[in-house]
Amino acid sequence: MVEVRLENLKKYFDKGRVKAVDGINLTIKDGEFLVLLGPSGCGKTTTLRMISGLEVPTAGKIWFEDRDVTYLPPKDRNISMVFQSYAVWPHMKVYDNIAFPLRIKKYPEEEIRKKVKWVAELLQIEELLDRYPAQLSGGQRQRVAVARAIVVEPDVLLMDEPLSNLDAKLRVMMRAEIKKLQAQLKVTTIYVTHDQVEAMTMGDRIAVMRQGKVLQVGPPVEVYSKPNSIFVATFIGAPEMNIMDVTVKETEKGIVLEGEGFEISLPQDLGELLRDYINKTVVFGIRPEHMTVEGISEFLHVKRKAKIKGVVDFVEALGTDTIIHARVGSKIIKVKIPGHVPVELKKEISIIIDLDNIHVFDKSTEKAII
Amino acid sequence: MNEKTKFMLKQIAFYTFVFTVVAWIVVPLIVVALYAFSSKLDYYDPSKIIPFHYTKQWVYTLLFTLRALDAIKNSIIVAVLTIIISFALGIPAGYAIAKFIFPAKDTIKLSIVALRMFPIPVMAIPLVVLYIRLNLIDTLLGVALAHTAMALPFVVLITSSIFAGVSTELEEAAMVFGLTRLGAFLRITLPLALPGLAAAAMFTFVMSWNEVFVASVLTLQHRTLPAQILSIMAGASGGAAPDYYKFAAAFIMMLPAMLFIFFARKYLITMWGITLK
Repeated sequence: MVEVRLENLKKYFDKGRVKAVDGINLTIKDGEFLVLLGPSGCGKTTTLRMISGLEVPTAGKIWFEDRDVTYLPPKDRNISMVFQSYAVWPHMKVYDNIAFPLRIKKYPEEEIRKKVKWVAELLQIEELLDRYPAQLSGGQRQRVAVARAIVVEPDVLLMDEPLSNLDAKLRVMMRAEIKKLQAQLKVTTIYVTHDQVEAMTMGDRIAVMRQGKVLQVGPPVEVYSKPNSIFVATFIGAPEMNIMDVTVKETEKGIVLEGEGFEISLPQDLGELLRDYINKTVVFGIRPEHMTVEGISEFLHVKRKAKIKGVVDFVEALGTDTIIHARVGSKIIKVKIPGHVPVELKKEISIIIDLDNIHVFDKSTEKAII
Repeated sequence: MNEKTKFMLKQIAFYTFVFTVVAWIVVPLIVVALYAFSSKLDYYDPSKIIPFHYTKQWVYTLLFTLRALDAIKNSIIVAVLTIIISFALGIPAGYAIAKFIFPAKDTIKLSIVALRMFPIPVMAIPLVVLYIRLNLIDTLLGVALAHTAMALPFVVLITSSIFAGVSTELEEAAMVFGLTRLGAFLRITLPLALPGLAAAAMFTFVMSWNEVFVASVLTLQHRTLPAQILSIMAGASGGAAPDYYKFAAAFIMMLPAMLFIFFARKYLITMWGITLK
């Protein structure tokens, strides 16, 4: 088990015209499950491939503990990888697929048999060992790929969107299994995904990436509740955070956020944080789950509230939740209410905002102020 | 018309089509085989479409007296040499085109194809002169090299599409799990590409087996089968050969190639008992 350190890691393609990874500094602790999260093309897979050695960095260093592995070929790094397509070799039986890495490392056949048996039990694929990959379902192939990756007891386990080709139900199941397996093996794991739910449920920490840069690193709850930029705020959470332009005004009621068709007066401590922005436009953000509708549902433990008016435009009844699309000014604000609640269309409602969960971002830098 | 008759008619149309296609290929083969062994009298008897009396005489004469057997050996040697040389050169090129991005890749691909557009008769004389200077004239290696030049563009293009069909991730997985790039190629990509490569080898074999022009120009004593047959039929041994000799020659030419394809095909299908994808 090792700690992985990325030092100002860069990868440019096409003679520097495409900056796939643009200066990443990141430390993945020994035994940690780190998720690289971002939209497609953000450089997360390229980062993973550089850690694996399949891609050579343009600049920067990769350390495994105090070993500089930046230019080491993949085979000398003692890593494992689970690929998006599983990459289970079709011309070998499952047993041989799993045994292959051990055979290359010249383990005695007796020990190989023991290890394959151990890992097959762990992943419940004992009865598949004698089959060819073509005879397996996607989920089974996935298990074989994971088994092959952990049988060598790697220092670092890399996973490149391993669940994206599975159906929804299987994905939820494998999510829990991989997470449990990792906790049991305590192997340093770097997991790439574009699925924020996967990231939230699996990661000890999440690193949110965009355009080759890491925007924010932290435990899932922290990234969710204290996003440091508009991008992180809207990328994590579903339905996504409501975002709108407001102007900061100072009135006799204190500092208020004045938007199109609404006004929110802030408690003094929050207001003070916006003193530098008086008469300027900032971006206001509030998650759908941090609002409710007066008369329909009540906040139980919320101390500080604000109220705005809106008109019901559309209702998504999901069974577990009801998502109300309310028109406020010319904007649509989504409000998520637990359970099934009947809501009339076109009806005027009062939306209650939990002021302890609001976000305010600088309009030009997109960085969080509150 | 109800659904059942419609279905039956579709079936009949389908099988008629299949039968026509098969007959198109098989009937000439049967005719060739029959007349190759037909006796002289039966062959020239206008009342008999299918001969009753058979003889091995024509085939024997061709094989032994007129040295077609030696020519078959030569043909096999040339074809195998052609496969070896064109694969040794073509596989790395095909792999590079399939897996790597490099400058002028499309231009190179196009010029490889363009090479085949060059009419061979135009360069026949210069080629002979060159071969005489290099002491390659009338050698099997010489013919094999010429056939390689003809087969190589196809080998490069076919192998590149075969390698493109083998997922790069499979190879990368092998590299992650402890192999070098070459090791990953030899132990993962090559076995997976084998059925395709075997098909390419068959293609090359048949091309070399059938090629008559270059072989005729470049050899005199060490002729490949088509060249030898051509010179026999054209009357190198005095006067044009009778028709039943032609059928016998056709039979000799097609039999080894057909046997080869037949066994190679069986081998291909049973290779892993499964399809790749």
